[in-house]
Amino acid sequence: MSDAPTRPDPVYTADATFFWEGADRGELLCERCSDCARLRHPPRPMCPHCRSTKRETVRLSGRGRVLSWIVPRHPAPIGFAEPPVVVLVALDEGIRLVSNLEGADPAELAIGLPVEATFAPTRGGHAVPVFRRAGHAT
Amino acid sequence: MNRSGGAAIVGIGQTEFSKNSGRSELQLAAEASRAALEDASLDPSDVDGMITFTLDSSDEIGLSRCLGVRDLAYATRIPGGGAASVATVAQAMAVVESGLADTVLIWRAMNERSAYRFGQPIVPPGGGLVNIAGAGTGSLLWCMPFGAQTPASWEALAAQHYMATFGVTNRDLGNVSVAQRRHAAANPAAWFYGRPITLEEHQQSRWVVEPVLRLLDCCQESDGGVALVVTSLDRARDLRQPPVRVLAAAQSIPAEVEVISNYYHADLTVMPEAMGTARRIYQRSGLTPGDMQLAMLYDAFTPQVLKQLEGFGFCGRGEAKDFVRDGNIELGGRLPVNTNGGLIGEAYIHGMNNITEAVRQVRGTAVNQVPNVEHALVSCAMAGAILGRA
Repeated sequence: MSDAPTRPDPVYTADATFFWEGADRGELLCERCSDCARLRHPPRPMCPHCRSTKRETVRLSGRGRVLSWIVPRHPAPIGFAEPPVVVLVALDEGIRLVSNLEGADPAELAIGLPVEATFAPTRGGHAVPVFRRAGHAT
Repeated sequence: MNRSGGAAIVGIGQTEFSKNSGRSELQLAAEASRAALEDASLDPSDVDGMITFTLDSSDEIGLSRCLGVRDLAYATRIPGGGAASVATVAQAMAVVESGLADTVLIWRAMNERSAYRFGQPIVPPGGGLVNIAGAGTGSLLWCMPFGAQTPASWEALAAQHYMATFGVTNRDLGNVSVAQRRHAAANPAAWFYGRPITLEEHQQSRWVVEPVLRLLDCCQESDGGVALVVTSLDRARDLRQPPVRVLAAAQSIPAEVEVISNYYHADLTVMPEAMGTARRIYQRSGLTPGDMQLAMLYDAFTPQVLKQLEGFGFCGRGEAKDFVRDGNIELGGRLPVNTNGGLIGEAYIHGMNNITEAVRQVRGTAVNQVPNVEHALVSCAMAGAILGRA
């Protein structure tokens, strides 16, 4: 049996390519307005606070807390041998990401669970940010 | 021209609701439209406006060619998947009241069970992963690589936070499904006619998304078409059916709210789009939640019913599970909800069959007729309307 990754690749769009290229390098990135310095996610080409189109990327700590979690069972998610735990994570920097919680004991899943980012490979040779329970990194 | 006299729904039409229609989506659209025009005692040549969803596969010219529509003055489409459903009524009202068109045909027709599985992810020939139900939302970009690949999973990820906050269990959701299936069981047009369920049957149905949605928390996949005809209230008075007036209709798409992958607004325990729609339609009509005799609430998944009950002010925050458990949404209850069985029990024609039911209730011709309906609220959260007697 092959160990090749089966997870779907992310969809690359012009305004979010930086996010996935960062993940390929093992960096969790967020867009920041170069004028008013506010963070924003999902990425977009204009700051909704000051209307600036100047933007830069910053590395996030990768630390956050679970806001919500599910296990999609049917239909079986494409690209996953076992149904993944999907989480909505509130990152310490104040933005939210949909991702996975890996290596979690289902009994400990709860709102507020502290998590930290790591990266998982995808089918086409890319990587996406996923999370593990904080302090339990392998 | 009609600049202030108001708009009314004067015709409704639908095909049978099935799992395999055996004909094209355009034919379903044409049959439902023909039925709605006949119901209104209008000729297709009276139609000068057309509105549907951006997602509908039939086009205005093709449908005009079927019906014999002669000179369209206005055509448009509404975005947002099922969020377009009640928004079509708001748009038709605005078009009629502005005078851009006099008689507007609204349709939605789909073979989403037999021709394709609306809501299921597919791998296109070139690779990757898409889901047509996620078109126009952030779902495809931000959820698919993590295994949240269906509307059920997108909805559940938002709903779980609401449920955990207020102690709502899947069993609580089952009460919504049981009530609606009871309504559907008495509705000959419903796919689940004659097939009520018990709470235990709900609890035994398989998980679709754990710990939120079981199979019986999800709407159906259906083939069928639904159409509405909207015209001025003045003209409506000369037609066959008692006019059903659009007392108020509005959309609400608040900042950071998405159609279903709705994870980015500040407080995930509330539904800002329903609250915004509620504010507008109550303000514009001068009515309150207590003035409604029934509510048709978009029910692709059971949690949406709870959140709309709260968003439209029928009960307090976190109280919807008790409101439902106490029988308030049943026939004979304080606020009967989805009296045709809804998208869960009757059919999933993207919300449109919940509008036709509200029209029948105001006319007094529903199979599960609520007594003395003066006002019916119909919602798809991002849009809503209050329908009433003229």
